[in-house]
Amino acid sequence: MAYTLTINGKTLKADVDPDMPLLWVLRDSLDLKGTKYGCGIGACGACTVHLDGVAVRSCQTKVSAVGAKAITTIEGVGAHPVGAKVQKAWIDHDVVQCGYCQAGQIMSATALLTKTPQPTDAQITSGMAGNICRCATYIRIKAAIAQAAGLTPPLAQPTEPVIIPAPPLPPHTPGPPGGGLPANAMPPGPAAPAAAGAPGARVRPQTEGAL
Amino acid sequence: MIETPILSRRNVLKTGAAAGGGLFLAWGLNADGSAAADAAVSELNAYVTIAPNGVVTILGKNPEMGQGVKTSLPMLIGEELDVDWSRVVIETAPVNQARYGGQAAGASTSTPSNFEPLRRVGAAGRQMLVEAAATAWQVPATECATSLSTVVHTPTGRKMTYGQLAARAAAIPAPDVKTVTLKDPKDFKIIGKSVRGFDSPKIVKGEPIFGIDVDRPGMLYATFTQCPVHGGKVKSVNFDAVLAAKGVKKAFVIEGQGDIKVFGGGLQTGIAVVGDSWWHVKEATKLLKVDWDVGPFADHSSAKYQAQADALAAGPGQSIIKKTGDADAALAGAAKVIEGAYSYPFLVHAPLEPMNCTAEFKDGKLEIWAPSQQPEGGRRSIVKIMGLKPEDITIHMIRCGGGFGRRLNNDYMIQAAMIAREIGGAVKLLNTREEDFAHDYYRSAGWHYLKGGIDAQGKLVAWKNHFVSFGEGGTVLFTAELKPSEPPAPVVENFTLEQSLMDCAVAVGMMRAPVSNAVAFCSQSFLDELAHAAGRDPIEFQLEVLGPPRVTGSAATKDVYDIGRQRAVLEKVRDISGWGKTTLPARTGMGAACYFSENGYFGEVVRASVSPSGQVKVEEVWVVGDIGRHIVNPTGAMTQVQGQIIDGVGQALGLAITIEDGKPVQTNFHQYPLIRMPAAPPVVHVTFTETNNPPMGLGEPALPAVIPALYNAIFAATGKRLRSLPIDAKQLRA
Repeated sequence: MAYTLTINGKTLKADVDPDMPLLWVLRDSLDLKGTKYGCGIGACGACTVHLDGVAVRSCQTKVSAVGAKAITTIEGVGAHPVGAKVQKAWIDHDVVQCGYCQAGQIMSATALLTKTPQPTDAQITSGMAGNICRCATYIRIKAAIAQAAGLTPPLAQPTEPVIIPAPPLPPHTPGPPGGGLPANAMPPGPAAPAAAGAPGARVRPQTEGAL
Repeated sequence: MIETPILSRRNVLKTGAAAGGGLFLAWGLNADGSAAADAAVSELNAYVTIAPNGVVTILGKNPEMGQGVKTSLPMLIGEELDVDWSRVVIETAPVNQARYGGQAAGASTSTPSNFEPLRRVGAAGRQMLVEAAATAWQVPATECATSLSTVVHTPTGRKMTYGQLAARAAAIPAPDVKTVTLKDPKDFKIIGKSVRGFDSPKIVKGEPIFGIDVDRPGMLYATFTQCPVHGGKVKSVNFDAVLAAKGVKKAFVIEGQGDIKVFGGGLQTGIAVVGDSWWHVKEATKLLKVDWDVGPFADHSSAKYQAQADALAAGPGQSIIKKTGDADAALAGAAKVIEGAYSYPFLVHAPLEPMNCTAEFKDGKLEIWAPSQQPEGGRRSIVKIMGLKPEDITIHMIRCGGGFGRRLNNDYMIQAAMIAREIGGAVKLLNTREEDFAHDYYRSAGWHYLKGGIDAQGKLVAWKNHFVSFGEGGTVLFTAELKPSEPPAPVVENFTLEQSLMDCAVAVGMMRAPVSNAVAFCSQSFLDELAHAAGRDPIEFQLEVLGPPRVTGSAATKDVYDIGRQRAVLEKVRDISGWGKTTLPARTGMGAACYFSENGYFGEVVRASVSPSGQVKVEEVWVVGDIGRHIVNPTGAMTQVQGQIIDGVGQALGLAITIEDGKPVQTNFHQYPLIRMPAAPPVVHVTFTETNNPPMGLGEPALPAVIPALYNAIFAATGKRLRSLPIDAKQLRA
């Protein structure tokens, strides 16, 4: 069957079986591989895409059921203002570990914020409950969504650990000074709760550690 | 499309002088990371290439699976090279252990084994750039300094960029990396600063950078179906029906070889279905009707293992793993003897990217694109099983959508290679989630029958463990073992560890923080149990059991255990968590645990509440870790620890693989509730205490302690001591 699909604002044609899930049409017929296979039973959320702005599981959506609905995938979600904010927040909060689930997370978060621009903590939690992150980046996902929503004060957690430096080493023959600052380093995050330092220990201020 | 142009470009790289244990290679990249149109770029060393426009390309040598080494290892080189990090491009190195040393991701070893060697690589490159500038200016190199990819002649202020110097520097013989000067750590500008994951901008846009995204011209797709009971063989199969299905090109049996229960050991018999799209082959796979010879394990079950373990524990251990002092006599003389039978189930790794591999067989040569934690091990297995020469196999290391130890076994790589050879072309093997659940190298189940003795003063005087595990021919299975040095063995005066073994239906293997991810639960829960029996504060009791700061074990026996470091993290987490000073609501409790795993020392406190119906909610977690002198990338370190804590909580809250009729019952995520946002602890405080010890890795060591800390918090909240994983909410009802 030949299907005409509207994907990320473009019209694309796919000659596939009617019962082929949209996931595999996207990945293997149309070379849009950002949408991921995780479970094939709609349980993990890695395959989340939007149909007319609503988050759906593309592994459970037959291509024949899409009809004229506009499909948005991770490759196109950045063209929407909310999607772009979410993607930026994901980078700002260094959310990604392995990254495999994050396309689905971003699609769910964008759908959530499109429908509920100022979600409560509980609304974020329930809105994201369908997406598994095996690396368990949930704390940063929530913080990133809070940033994208412009929540004040944000629900954000610190992105920097507390680091208590070691006592000084014996004298060292120094090499030449210099070195570059990583320009893609982190922005200052919200302050972490101060650790009770041991006598003489210095707790690195959060803004100092974050460049 | 993915990576192929870049990867194939690597085949035509020129080689030059050796340094840092590697050959010097070079190719060019534009600032956006794309290949340069010409080769006007300069080789600096095996890891570093500098283009005339100043873009520095650094290779990441180890597999990336979410632990962050693709970013953090190049940071080590960039630090000593003194680069302008904003103009660094990171590429994945080719798989070539002769050139790059070990290229595996496991046991949290990437940081410790590369921390100094990669700094030396960077320092050697910097020395060459300085020498090139000094020669051009005809000044002594000692008058030159570097900063932000620029060499400065300090007396005159003259400057040349690395881009301008690269060609000249590349012509200079490489210095011996052993002789180069490293920075004083106080001058570090990149190490110790938070750097975001290099690939994250691609990931949030859905760029195809994972193994599952690999594409080859004319590529076919495949599934591989193994006997539901591990090790079973095919008696007959209805190939006619499968071959008649739409899109199917070929279907065939691949006979198993070797012993899959030996690490890296083999291939199980299975059926490959190959076709023109993965959807077609997956649908066709459903039509398979196989008459399996299921082998000897078909009557195995988790219930039988439990009964067998109980029966074995009633008798003497089959072997003694460790005996110090006289635990029996000390127990006989103890004021109180406490017994606890602890157990934990099999777990499946379930990285979110299912097992997959793309392989192409052409003219007797094999090219492989593998999301693997140790691709070289895959090459060895393919050489052994397929009889190919190592030099006829090219392996490309592709980002893994999670590993957790699963991808240390390369079974899926061997399967893809066998299928590619059979069809004489390119194939992407993608196994279903169900196949992944059915054929993992599971985290082993285990049973600890513990006895502890307390004297009249409330001190621990004896510890005895009859450990029941799995083995073959009297040898415990790899990762199902308990080492004689496993805590608390080094610190208890009267200590006995006995072992008895049972046959196992399934293969077991390394899972994030192998062995300690399970055994910490048993020993750290039991210590808490003993502390309460003694009427003591659990942290104070544990500190007493640890004893004074000292080091046990030896480097030669690879069991160094620094009790001072273990104490310090426990004391610190006690202090920052408000331990013992917090008034808690009803059915809310705090629990503590500490553990030493993968060379990291961790102390952890969990605050959890238990609802009247028995539902456990982890409210807050405090973590203190000591992994040595440097936290290379703090943001990465923070997220690794938080991920491990939430992973451990998730295991405790509900994960188990149970065996019935010789096979795993759970088939997919609907029966294996990986933790999601609602159950994840919302706050995880992370503190690192840097100590003057070599820096260690951080992909694993925070996980083990959180599970007993949670169980101990549940006891504090409810007075109920649970002794098996996962948590049984029914036992916690008010």
